[in-house]
Amino acid sequence: MKVLVAVKRVIDYNVKVRVKADNSDVDLTNVKMAMNPFCEIAVEEAVRLKEKGVATEIVVVSIGPKVAQEQIRTALALGADRGILIETDEKLESLSVAKALKAVVDKEQPQLVILGKQSIDNDNNQTGQMLGALTGMPQGTFASEVAVDGDKVNVTREIDGGLRTVGLTLPAIVTTDLRLNEPRYASLPNIMKAKRKPLEVVSPADLGVEIKSTQTLVKVEPPAERSAGIKVGSVDELVEKLKTEAKVL
Amino acid sequence: MGILVVAEHDNATLKGATLNTIAAAKAIGGDIDVLVAGQGCQAAADAAAKAEGVAKVILVDDAAYAQQLGEQMGDLVAELGKGYSHILAAATTTGKDFLPRTAALLDVNMISEIVKVESADTFARPIYAGNAIATVQSNDSIKVITVRATGFDPVSAEGGSASIENGSAVADKGVSSFVGEELAKSDRPELTAADVIISGGRGMQNGDNFEMLYKLADKIGAGVGASRAAVDAGFVPNDMQVGQTGKIVAPNLYVAVGISGAIQHLAGMKDSKVIVAINKDEEAPIFQVADYGLVADLFEAIPELDSKL
Repeated sequence: MKVLVAVKRVIDYNVKVRVKADNSDVDLTNVKMAMNPFCEIAVEEAVRLKEKGVATEIVVVSIGPKVAQEQIRTALALGADRGILIETDEKLESLSVAKALKAVVDKEQPQLVILGKQSIDNDNNQTGQMLGALTGMPQGTFASEVAVDGDKVNVTREIDGGLRTVGLTLPAIVTTDLRLNEPRYASLPNIMKAKRKPLEVVSPADLGVEIKSTQTLVKVEPPAERSAGIKVGSVDELVEKLKTEAKVL
Repeated sequence: MGILVVAEHDNATLKGATLNTIAAAKAIGGDIDVLVAGQGCQAAADAAAKAEGVAKVILVDDAAYAQQLGEQMGDLVAELGKGYSHILAAATTTGKDFLPRTAALLDVNMISEIVKVESADTFARPIYAGNAIATVQSNDSIKVITVRATGFDPVSAEGGSASIENGSAVADKGVSSFVGEELAKSDRPELTAADVIISGGRGMQNGDNFEMLYKLADKIGAGVGASRAAVDAGFVPNDMQVGQTGKIVAPNLYVAVGISGAIQHLAGMKDSKVIVAINKDEEAPIFQVADYGLVADLFEAIPELDSKL
């Protein structure tokens, strides 16, 4: 079974995010970039499926500027077999990304598509579900367990009230939540090997997809600061303050 | 201009997040219809009809929507939503699951987790785990939006008298099915609706020690949450996680116990009215957002707090 994994290049999760002085966007100049953490979990899940003999080939795809090849190489070092970069410098919104991924799905015909549930930059949590609608595939979003069984996959989902398991007919889409697995680190020999794995670069036009923006970013502002309050010296003082000053008890 | 709000419910009851979503719809302005799709969900529809500001309730009572699976809901809402200018759902794991499907079927983009309505086409939403607030203008023909409940005060659950009209189901493609569910059973208030929340972090050391928090919570009618660190360590189940990727809460009182205050946790609770932090590390970042900080060993402070309330 072929597995397609979509990965996104985003700001490294350790970097402190700063808003530009003119409030036009977040400042990404000279900032360390990395693979979106939820996408790492998606790659790891695909690699585990291959190690179990369920997956036969892992294709990793990304959409973005030329430098996004770095994140595809990272996925290849973690165990993906080949990569596709849909290269564009255009501003990307979820619907365009989903349409481009649909074109790749049509071409590659994977049985399973694994994506992160959201990226840590825009926090949209949309692309996997949109791809599901465009391809007509069922989806197991926010997955904490994936069990492929013949032509079906059971996905356990993290939902507000606890856990829910859905049964999906393949081909299907899975979006990863935090506890699906713990991604491995790439070993040096695998990083070297990844450099020789195939990485195809295509344009959206090659796929017959038009990148269209329907949203305007009006401004980006830092969130309202919450200032530190006071330190209390004892439990008694805390109870006193909560009762008389904050009046919340 | 009309707005379709998709109700959050469990067939028997209408969930509070629906009232916050209706509030966001009111801020946009226009006639508000509420869709209640489920099975045996008349009671939820009746409740929706009583909510303030609702013009009409559309009830789709069909086995296909018993568990509100994303595929079926996405199709239904796209079909029923065609004639509206806006389609809104709560940013819960149900709304986040089906609404992007609806948007793609309608060939429009979506705006996730808005916290403020600037105008009928412009909305504010947190990005980068709440480290920035983006104001986004949409020129899509239909605005498809999830609403973060903490950004909007709920409309009144009483006083309305909307008509209830039956809607029909759309064809089920039969590619997904409900297998099972493990829902947390608790008499404590749900985190997203609780007035007071006590949350434990890695400092709790293990799951058994959460008993202290449960005991205290039951005494004051609080909900109990946890940091991602505590959930990842297996102390407590995922549904208790408060944070950017867990639940976003804004109670009157939030007590963080043994929680260091990682940015992703703060993103989920910093809109709380009053924040109390109890931590033995006085350098913990949680103290930077706490109204009242107590530097103390939680294993001494919590029993003492329990005895004094």
